[in-house]
Amino acid sequence: MDQNTLPHADVIDNLVQEFSKLPGIGPKSAQRIVFHLLRAGDEQSKYLAEAILSLKQKITLCSTCCNVTETDPCPICRNDRRDHSQICIVEQPQDILAMEHTGIYHGMYHVLHGAISPTEGIGTENIRVKELMERLKNGSVREVILATNPNLEGEQTAMYLSRLITPLGIRVTRLARGLPFGTELEYADDVTLTRAIEGRQDF
Amino acid sequence: MSKPRTYQTEAIIIKKTRLREADVIFTFYTPNLGKIQAFAKSVRKTRSKMAGHLELLTYSQVSLARGRNLDTIIGSQTINSFLPLKSDLWLTSFGLYVIELVNQFTADNVENPALFQLLRETMEQLCRTGNRELTLRYFELHLLDEVGYRPQLHQCVSCQKPLEPVVNSFSPSSGGMLCPDCAVNHPSSYPLSLNAQKVLRLLQDSDYSTVERLKIDAELSRELEIVLSNYLKYLLEQEVRSAAWLYTLRQQIK
Repeated sequence: MDQNTLPHADVIDNLVQEFSKLPGIGPKSAQRIVFHLLRAGDEQSKYLAEAILSLKQKITLCSTCCNVTETDPCPICRNDRRDHSQICIVEQPQDILAMEHTGIYHGMYHVLHGAISPTEGIGTENIRVKELMERLKNGSVREVILATNPNLEGEQTAMYLSRLITPLGIRVTRLARGLPFGTELEYADDVTLTRAIEGRQDF
Repeated sequence: MSKPRTYQTEAIIIKKTRLREADVIFTFYTPNLGKIQAFAKSVRKTRSKMAGHLELLTYSQVSLARGRNLDTIIGSQTINSFLPLKSDLWLTSFGLYVIELVNQFTADNVENPALFQLLRETMEQLCRTGNRELTLRYFELHLLDEVGYRPQLHQCVSCQKPLEPVVNSFSPSSGGMLCPDCAVNHPSSYPLSLNAQKVLRLLQDSDYSTVERLKIDAELSRELEIVLSNYLKYLLEQEVRSAAWLYTLRQQIK
């Protein structure tokens, strides 16, 4: 038998290939998923297919905060009980989920969809800075919270935005940078420890 | 004898490439191994013990385990985090420009201890000095030295005669200065003021302590920047990406 011919139907091979393109799924896991679907009831495949299709059809970007949403404006931007004078700036939609999970922030968000990375050729025009500056124009925003990642690209994006926003007379704050909970001091790097010492608080 | 399974080296982190969910391939510049690449697992998670020691523009001691294709990073400890570089928008941008040039001008696994030394000194100098533009020019000139593109600034590259103290021309394609007579035959060359020529020669033949004492005006600084960036662009045959970012910053941030 020819080495390249797999003993399965093309339909199965195709699906295995499609699944293995997904992050975190290798060829073996892909195979396992496909054979699971084959054995499982018809409904499961149907719901999965529909869910995947509607993802691309129904999800758009909120015209205000650039978050992914089914309705424009998104539920957070529409919510009158949230504080519209605070905007928290994050790199990705997933970051909003993490922030919301804490349950202590009740302001607005703005998703940049990336961070400035000069060596990768990602500049201000590649992330949603223009939309943010447009939002800040009407003067109702009191505080901007920079919640970009605490790595070099995120820091640089934060420093850049701070230079743009501060002249508008809006308060600019940055999420505290220090030691993550559940870790050990001994492994902390110099930058984190320095910031942790500088940012220490009365206890 | 086979090589030991694990080894340690000092390294400055010059590039990060994200891989899958939380993994990263790092490019290091090291004193005795030159440019090397290595893989680190799960460093993008908050609880990674290595992440802070493996950020761009950081000078670290890293431990690696040999792998079939890529070596794996098993530990890292910061030697110098160049904190001032990371706390200032301009300095971060300058630092990124420096490491991008090092990455573009070097090949994997070619050792060059002098270039490592230059890179380290440039980072330290940027942390210290107020004279940032000249520091970058010094770095560019000495980088060219180390990678074999030292521009000829003392004699005409065409007729070999020593240059007269007049406005001579710089030719990227010939790799140096041309006297006025020879420049006529080289349409891609452009004139360089006498002061610019003097500063370039001084930077080429001196060390960082000279840079700190040197003061030049904005116009001359701009002239030097243009001549060197054109030469670098000619050699690389492409734009330096972080130079475009520096340009954006100059336009938007005063």
